[in-house]
Amino acid sequence: MSATIETATEIRPFKVEIPDEKIDDLRGRIEATRWPTKELVDDASQGIQLATLKALADYWTNEYDFGRLAERLNALPQYTTEIDGLDIHFIHVESPHEDALPLIITHGWPGSVIEMLEVIGPLTDPTAHGGSAEDAFHVVIPSIPGYGFSSEPSEPGWGSGRIGEAWAELMSRIGYSAYVAQGGDQGAGVTDAMGRQAPDGLLGVHFNFLDAVPRELLMAALNLRLAFSHDDREQLSKVVAIFMRGYIAEMGEHPQTIGYPLVDSPIGLAAWMLDHDADSYEKISRAFLDDQPSGGLTRDHVLDNITLYWLTGTGTSTSRLYWETGRASTASFKNPPPHVKLPVAYTVFPDELFQAPRHWVKHAYHNLIYYNEAEKGGHFAAWEQPEIFAGEMRAAFRSLRNGSSS
Amino acid sequence: VSTAVETATEIQAFQVEIPKEKIDDLRRRIAATRLPGKELVDDRSQGVQLATLEALADYWATDYDFGRVEARLNPLPQFKTEIDGVDVHFIHLRSEHDNALPLIMTHGWPGSVIELLETIGPLTDPTAYGGTADDAFHLVLPSIPGYGFSGEPTEIGWYSGRVAQAWAELMERLGYSRYVAQGGDQGAAITDDMAHQGPEGLIGVHMNLLRSALGDVSSLPVESDQERSALAQIATFRQSGFGYFLEQSTRPQTIGYALLDSPIALAGWMLDHDTDSYYKISRAFVDREPVGGLTRDHILDNVTLYWLTSTGASAARSYWEGGRAAALAAGKAPSPVSIPVGFTTFPGEIFQAPKSWVEKLYPNVTYFNEAARGGHFAAWEEPQLFTEELRAAFGSLR
Repeated sequence: MSATIETATEIRPFKVEIPDEKIDDLRGRIEATRWPTKELVDDASQGIQLATLKALADYWTNEYDFGRLAERLNALPQYTTEIDGLDIHFIHVESPHEDALPLIITHGWPGSVIEMLEVIGPLTDPTAHGGSAEDAFHVVIPSIPGYGFSSEPSEPGWGSGRIGEAWAELMSRIGYSAYVAQGGDQGAGVTDAMGRQAPDGLLGVHFNFLDAVPRELLMAALNLRLAFSHDDREQLSKVVAIFMRGYIAEMGEHPQTIGYPLVDSPIGLAAWMLDHDADSYEKISRAFLDDQPSGGLTRDHVLDNITLYWLTGTGTSTSRLYWETGRASTASFKNPPPHVKLPVAYTVFPDELFQAPRHWVKHAYHNLIYYNEAEKGGHFAAWEQPEIFAGEMRAAFRSLRNGSSS
Repeated sequence: VSTAVETATEIQAFQVEIPKEKIDDLRRRIAATRLPGKELVDDRSQGVQLATLEALADYWATDYDFGRVEARLNPLPQFKTEIDGVDVHFIHLRSEHDNALPLIMTHGWPGSVIELLETIGPLTDPTAYGGTADDAFHLVLPSIPGYGFSGEPTEIGWYSGRVAQAWAELMERLGYSRYVAQGGDQGAAITDDMAHQGPEGLIGVHMNLLRSALGDVSSLPVESDQERSALAQIATFRQSGFGYFLEQSTRPQTIGYALLDSPIALAGWMLDHDTDSYYKISRAFVDREPVGGLTRDHILDNVTLYWLTSTGASAARSYWEGGRAAALAAGKAPSPVSIPVGFTTFPGEIFQAPKSWVEKLYPNVTYFNEAARGGHFAAWEEPQLFTEELRAAFGSLR
C-alpha cells in the first residue's frame, strides 16, 4: 500500500523530447499555409495583419532553430508529479543562497513557462544580477494543467481554485513550508485563488494583473465612497473593453470550436496567440517586421512559446481554462469566495491592459503591503522586462522574509 | 467612352469550374487534420463536439462527392456583373409564368446561395410544387460581396447598406422595375437596408430574422410572455454563442487565417452558429437523421464552397463592416420604412420575434406569421414551407 502512495506523490525528473517527425510535419504545414487576402485597413483594427504573420511564417520556417525549445528547457531542472489525477510539469530552480524565499510563479494565456525563463537567473542568483544574497528566491514554475507539458484535464472543474489547491500541494510536496506566490493574467487568477484559500505555508502573494472576481473588481471600481476620478473612468472603460474581446468570448463560451484551428493550423494558432492585446501585438509585430524587439519579446522567444503550444497540441485544452474561469466567476456572484487576508503586493505595468489604481487594488485586497508603478513593461511583464520584474519581486516580498525567518 | 460603360455594366454568363488540384489539396488537408481531445461535457456547451466533426470529416473525405457543388450550380443560369467595383455573382431564374413577381433573395452567414437552392423550384415553378401560376416568382439569388463566387471588396465600406444599393442596381440592370426582396441573417440586414433606402421599384420586403432586435432591444416592449421569452432567448444567445459574432465583428483577419488554412476549423466555425441548427446538423452527421434539407451533402456543399472560394476571411469581414456601420450610425435614426413588410417567425430561430416587435420597427406590416417548423436556415431546412410563406407574404403585392 505504501508503495502505491509513494508512486503517486513521486517527483520524477523530466526532459523534453521532440521527435523529428513532429518538426517536419510542422514545417510542412507552415509552408503549405493557405493565406487570406490582406486586411482592408492599415492598422490592427481588423486583427493580426498579414504582413506580420507572413514575416513570422518566414522566420519560423527559414531561420528559427527548432531545437531551441528542448535546449532551453532541458538546461533547467524539470520535473513532473501527479496531483489530483494529473501530471503536473514544473521547473524548480533552487538558489545557491540557503535562506532564499521559495516562490511559485504561474504563467498565463497565451503564455507558458517560456515567458518566465528569463526571470529565473535574476530571481535565484541575485548577486549576478545586481541584487544581494538577501534577494534570493527558490523558484517553482509549473505548467497549468492543459498547458505545455502538464497533462490536460479529462473532466470539467479545473478552474483557478482547483489549480490553486494543486499548487499548494506541489509546494508542500517539494518540502516548502513557507513560501510566496506570484501571477499575472490567468496566473493572477490562480494566485488570487491561493490567496483566498490561504494554505499552510503561503506567506503572501504578488500580482501584476487585477483578477479579483469581477464583482469585487467592479465594486472596487464603482464604490461610491471612492473618488470617481477621470482616471477611474478611463481605467474602467479599459476593463469593460476586455470583456468585449472576441477571443475571450470565444474561449470562454466555445473553447472546443476555436480549438480545432489551434491544433490543426500553425498559422491559425500563431494569429490567435498574437491577438492578445494591442500593446503586446505592436511590440511583437515590430520584432518580426523591423527586427526591433521590445526587451525579451524577441522573435525567437515568441516562437519558442508558439512552437511549444503547437508541439504539445494544447490549443484546445488551454482555451478551456477560459470556459472554467467564466463558469467560476458566474458562480462567485452567488457564492462570493472568502476575502484575501494574507499580505498582497501589486505592480502596475504601464502597458498592461489597464492600470489598476492603487485604491482599486486596496479595495479588492485589504492587506495591501506593496504597490508600485513600474517604469516599463506590458502584459507579458516577466517576459518583456525580466530585470524590472525581478526587482519588483525583491521589493514586494522583502518585508515577508523577516516574518518567515522569525 | 460608351464601350467602357457597356463593359462595366455588362452581364456575363458564369459557370463554376473547380481545378482538380484544389480538390486534391482539400482532401489531403482533411486527411491530415490534427484533432484536439474530446470536449469535457456531453453537450454543445463547450462548442462543436468532437464526434460531430469526426463524423463530418469522415463523410467529407470518404463519401462526399466533390463534384456536387459544380453539378448543382452549373445547371442553373449563373451570371456575373460588376457593380460598384465588385464582381457580383448571381443565379437568375425566370419563371415560365409571365406575370411572375421578381424577387431578390439574400443568403446570410455561414450561408451562401447553396442554402437557397431548394426554394428555386417551388418559387419559380409553383404549379409543380402545390401552388398556382399566380404564386410564381422570377428569382435572383446574388452572392454577397466577399462570399462564394462574388469578388471580395478591396476597400472598407461594404456594409449591408452598400450591398443593398448594389442589389437595387442589379435588379434595375436586369430590367425589373417592380420587385420584392427577402432575407434572413445577414440577408435580413441587407433587405432591411433596402427597405429603409426604398429604391424605385422595390414594392415590399419579407424577412425571417428581426435583425435590429439582436443588436438593441431597448426600444422594444417587454410585457407579454412572448416578448419576455424572446428577450430571454436573445440573452441566452449573447451569453452562450456570441464568440463567433464578436470575433468576426472585431477581428475578422485573425480568425480568417484559421478559416483559410484548416478545412476542419472552417467546418467547426461554420457549424457553431446557433444551438438549434447545430443540433440538427450534428444529428445529420452522427445519427444520419437530417432535418429537412439540412442533409450531410447540403451542409458539405456549403462548407466546400467556402473552402474552394477561400472566402472565410472576406465573409467574416462583413461582420466587421456591420459593427463599424452600427457605430457610425449610432444616434442617427434611419429613414423610416414606408413600403409593406412581411415577416415570418420560425420556431427554431435564435429568438421568436413577436408581432409587436415587428410592428414597432416597421409601421406597415402587411403580413406576419409563425411557421410550424424550421429554424435559422429556414429556406434550407424547409424549402416548401418557406416558399408558402413568401407566396402568402407577397400575395397582396402582385
